[in-house]
Amino acid sequence: MSEAFLSLEGVRKEFSGVVAVEDFNLEVAPGEFVSFLGPSGCGKTTTLRMVAGFEPPTSGTIRLAGEDVTYAKPNERNIGMVFQSYALFPNMTVSENIGFGLRIRKEDGTARESRVAELLDLIHMPDKGKAYPRELSGGQQQRVALARALAIRPQLLLLDEPLSALDAKIRDELRAEIRRIQRQLNITTVYVTHDQEEALALSDRIVVMSRGRMEQVGVPFEIYNNPTTGFVASFVGQLNRLPATVIDRDEGRLRVGSGEVRTTSGIESEPGTEVSLMMRPEELTLDAEADNVLQGTVEAVTFLGSIVRVQVAVDGGRLTADLFNERLLVLPVAGDSTQISFPAHACWVMV
Amino acid sequence: MTISTAPVPVAAEAPAPGEPTKKRRLWAWLIFIGGAIYFLVPLGATFYWSLRAEKDVLGFEAYRRLFEDSRFWPSFTESVVNAVAAIILSLLIIVPTAYWVTLRLPKLRPVVEFITLLPFVIPAVVLVFGLIRLYGRPPLLLTRTYGSSRVLLVCAYAALSFPYMFRSVDNGLRAMDVRSLTEAAQSLGAGWATILRRVIFPNLRVALLSGALLTFAIVIGELTIALFMAQHTFGPYMAELTRSKVYEPSAMAVVAFAITWVAMGMIALITRSGQRR
Repeated sequence: MSEAFLSLEGVRKEFSGVVAVEDFNLEVAPGEFVSFLGPSGCGKTTTLRMVAGFEPPTSGTIRLAGEDVTYAKPNERNIGMVFQSYALFPNMTVSENIGFGLRIRKEDGTARESRVAELLDLIHMPDKGKAYPRELSGGQQQRVALARALAIRPQLLLLDEPLSALDAKIRDELRAEIRRIQRQLNITTVYVTHDQEEALALSDRIVVMSRGRMEQVGVPFEIYNNPTTGFVASFVGQLNRLPATVIDRDEGRLRVGSGEVRTTSGIESEPGTEVSLMMRPEELTLDAEADNVLQGTVEAVTFLGSIVRVQVAVDGGRLTADLFNERLLVLPVAGDSTQISFPAHACWVMV
Repeated sequence: MTISTAPVPVAAEAPAPGEPTKKRRLWAWLIFIGGAIYFLVPLGATFYWSLRAEKDVLGFEAYRRLFEDSRFWPSFTESVVNAVAAIILSLLIIVPTAYWVTLRLPKLRPVVEFITLLPFVIPAVVLVFGLIRLYGRPPLLLTRTYGSSRVLLVCAYAALSFPYMFRSVDNGLRAMDVRSLTEAAQSLGAGWATILRRVIFPNLRVALLSGALLTFAIVIGELTIALFMAQHTFGPYMAELTRSKVYEPSAMAVVAFAITWVAMGMIALITRSGQRR
């Protein structure tokens, strides 16, 4: 990784004594797309607002392109920002909105016009320049907001839940659009979201946050497959959790209910310790042959189109299996007795 | 297809809820008519009286005399200028204040609201004596010349307009996402003055106009403060006219009323066109 373009060191924020963010350390490389992911109140937006300059940190340092901007005013940072509520100026046309930052920078008329036209092309809305924000759909408004933020050629692009106010379909479209534009301009981007799917799909790296702290930082694949804390494991994706007791640490054997399972991921606890055995629903099957097979009863079957979600009560708990739909699939019925199975490499232990 | 029986119970039930509605509507009309009589009869009588300046003929003689009076236009223009000045001053004070309260000090809103309501609570007589006692003695001596008194008068009018102005501006600010708009403008490089001028003021246009027109309607005929500050404005002129003339004051009252109504009509028009936009 090349030298950090944006760095946060020991950043902490208190609101009248209540800690909102603490011990936040992050280095973002030039052109990188980093997401802050977490539930509401986890401090992700506060952190973003400190980067933007809307909130001064209580302590810590924020550096942008090598410069200490911890206490710089927001209008002196040259950072583009996109808001959940679009925040387009209602009194201005689309072109005037996009050109606003350039106007502030006293760029002359023709340069401004050509830049605005360039951005209207970038967001695929070349003929909407004269429209007012209220005449546009939510998705279009957010595109304009993105263009407005990019018009000033910011060093950094910040997006605060930009898709949360949009319909599912538009959301997917705009998500792809954001990624395309970010790649095309190679602009360093920080993206705040509570939607794990958004974070997984968009990001080069994800920072998972909870209660003001960073839980885990990593590429999406790593965050999903190797969550390091219970919070990350349960917040990102669906997760099964079964109470288990360690039998043999070296062989990876555990007792679950009256049965026994094996895991290839390491166990650190002493034999006899009560632990949790974790596994993703998509790694469970109803096959009879696998490393680990548990007997159970089908409790519920939910047909979700491409996926069939089956809940099975087993001795010691309940497991959810996500099966891929196929035409030949025989749907189980609630009340059926069944076996539920998973390979040894698919499960891991958490204390 | 057989005839549905469903409409029958509906038809049977219809008169039952219909009756109270009718009754209520009748009451509403009675109240409306009563109110209309209460307002319109004096107005009509005044108008009728104003038309009787010439013996045995109904005509606009009183209006002609009024408009020809050498003091009518100067006092009227002076009041218009005062009103405009008061509106501008009031806007310059209220808009940044309301903006800052909305953005940074939302907890102070009730306090500010109460302060802006004070002109409703304090009678004009009390206000004017307070002003004269405070600003009329050294070192300020604002009441020494006619011009400086006029400045003081405009300031007092600006204060009188606070209740209307704060309310309309506050409503206007609540209708928009002040924080996000401010932050968006900030991140694009704008400072406070630019944000107020380019973003906040333009989006408050409708709210500002209604506040301004209400202020105009109040200031144009204001009597008490102007009288005690010895100003030759429209209010004192009207009062004096009442004492010395018979028909002209009625003509004057109708004119003043018309001005107020035009102001009100303009508020309604502007607000409606603003909503349509």
